[in-house]
Amino acid sequence: MQQKLVALSGNEAVAYAFKQARPHVAAAFPITPQTEMMHKYAEFVANGESATEMILVESEHSAMSAAVGSAAAGARTFTATSSAGFALMWEVVYIAASLRLPICMAMVNRALSGNINIHCDHSDSMGGRDAGWIHLFSENAQESYDNGLMAWRIAEHMDVRLPVMVNYDGFIISHTADALHMLPDEAAWKFIGPYKHKYTLLDVENPITVGPLDLTDYYFEHKTSQLAAYDKVPGVVQAVSDEFGKLTGRHYGFAEEYLLDDAEMVMVILGSSAGTAKDVIDEYRAKGVKAGLLKLRMFRPFPAAYVAKVLAGRKAVAVLDRSASFGGFGGPVFTEVRSAMYGQKVPVHGYIYGLGGRDFDLRQVATVLDNLQKVAAGGQIEDVNLLGVRL
Amino acid sequence: MAGQMVEVRWHARGGQGAKTAAMFLAEAVLEKGKYGQGFPEYGPERRGAPMRGYTRIADAPIRRHCMIENPGIVIVLDPSLLDSPAAGVTAGTDKDTIFLVNTTEKPDTVRKKLGIKGAAVHTVDATGIALDTIGRPIPNMPMIGAFLAVNTVMTVEELKDALVAQLSSKFSRAVIDGNLAAVERANKELVSA
Repeated sequence: MQQKLVALSGNEAVAYAFKQARPHVAAAFPITPQTEMMHKYAEFVANGESATEMILVESEHSAMSAAVGSAAAGARTFTATSSAGFALMWEVVYIAASLRLPICMAMVNRALSGNINIHCDHSDSMGGRDAGWIHLFSENAQESYDNGLMAWRIAEHMDVRLPVMVNYDGFIISHTADALHMLPDEAAWKFIGPYKHKYTLLDVENPITVGPLDLTDYYFEHKTSQLAAYDKVPGVVQAVSDEFGKLTGRHYGFAEEYLLDDAEMVMVILGSSAGTAKDVIDEYRAKGVKAGLLKLRMFRPFPAAYVAKVLAGRKAVAVLDRSASFGGFGGPVFTEVRSAMYGQKVPVHGYIYGLGGRDFDLRQVATVLDNLQKVAAGGQIEDVNLLGVRL
Repeated sequence: MAGQMVEVRWHARGGQGAKTAAMFLAEAVLEKGKYGQGFPEYGPERRGAPMRGYTRIADAPIRRHCMIENPGIVIVLDPSLLDSPAAGVTAGTDKDTIFLVNTTEKPDTVRKKLGIKGAAVHTVDATGIALDTIGRPIPNMPMIGAFLAVNTVMTVEELKDALVAQLSSKFSRAVIDGNLAAVERANKELVSA
């Protein structure tokens, strides 16, 4: 497949990916650093390059509400947000998943207030990790674009029918011009295909009820059927990714396994920091240190069995979280990984880093790799550690 | 990291086009089979405030997304930033750093203002050139022309082709011609010490 090499910001890349899915409806409200993505999309619409109906709402609560209404009516629908915008959507975020509506959302990860901070961390999406959405993370503009295409196939798969959040790091990815390969419109459309809804509010011959009162009699059964849906997701994510890999030559799974074959020490990480970590891991490899990286792409549903298998038998594992769980035992990725590793004798330690956009530099990667070597040699460190902060 | 990576840090005031230049250079090198990454540093954005932009150029895909701490090349779009501690023009530089400064002053004078030893210092009156050719004091594109006098990632002719492609959808022929003349003049008029 002939693909065009371009330089785009992450926001532009995702705007193109969503445009190529020819969605019927977009409902969004601007918030930094997401604004540029919807700005670009509005430009497509204004220029006649996209027939998407834009609903310009007055808040994110309304954006997600409009998206739910649109998707329930049977339209291919997306929205986009960051940080406090996601927080304001909160109530309706759960409803989108509970109603099994395949909405796609660009989540341009940004810290939450207070104090006010516009830069990247993952505390926004992590706050919504139990809401029922599928969370995909992207390392760079290329992966943001690719996830932006695959999201539709995953969300709309008849075994899934769940909303998908495409996460990419605010500013670090969203506002960085980066080289990526783009599919021609026709090839992207052939991959994604037209939307087939299962039910629609607009079919008056076959009326349905959406979102009724559901109390002690049936709510639990409905939640149980929702829970069962997540078991189907990993298989669909892999099948869609395999098809995408055949088409583009870019292969994805639940995670990227970087130099893991013989790795004794493994860093687990999400998003843009993975690229920085790879550069330092290469330097340590050159010195004979058997280090590798597990970059999680699918955080929800959490691929626990896969993680347990891929980390089995390692001498030390470091899990890096770009968000804090206040009062919790480490960050959200750490608690998931440690839990998945239950019963194994592999030391797993957590790190909190990069809050509010604090630069994740090469020295921080080196600190983690040095600690991994210490632990692998039988040394002790804290269960949860802080990186790159003045104490 | 396969091959050498060029890391450029741009110093400017908001409104001088450093963000545009940092990102445009990252895009332009793609035509040469290189990989580029361009990003500004975001803070309180306002016209006239000191700001920084960054460009990485490499032979292989660029994976790291951290800030550039030790730039090989520092491009200063506004001479009033040279002795501003807040701008931090010399931060992370050493004797091998190349400074490209938009100023009417001589390289030796700039070197004294920067308070550095070693390091190559080059100057060019990019604002004057921009006023002559474009009619506006926007020094960003001329400084890319000057950059190509110390870095061979592409020729000035190739930069001009990229500029035409970049600007033709938004600007008049006169503005584009002005920019083309500006990059060529800045490339030739760079004064080295």
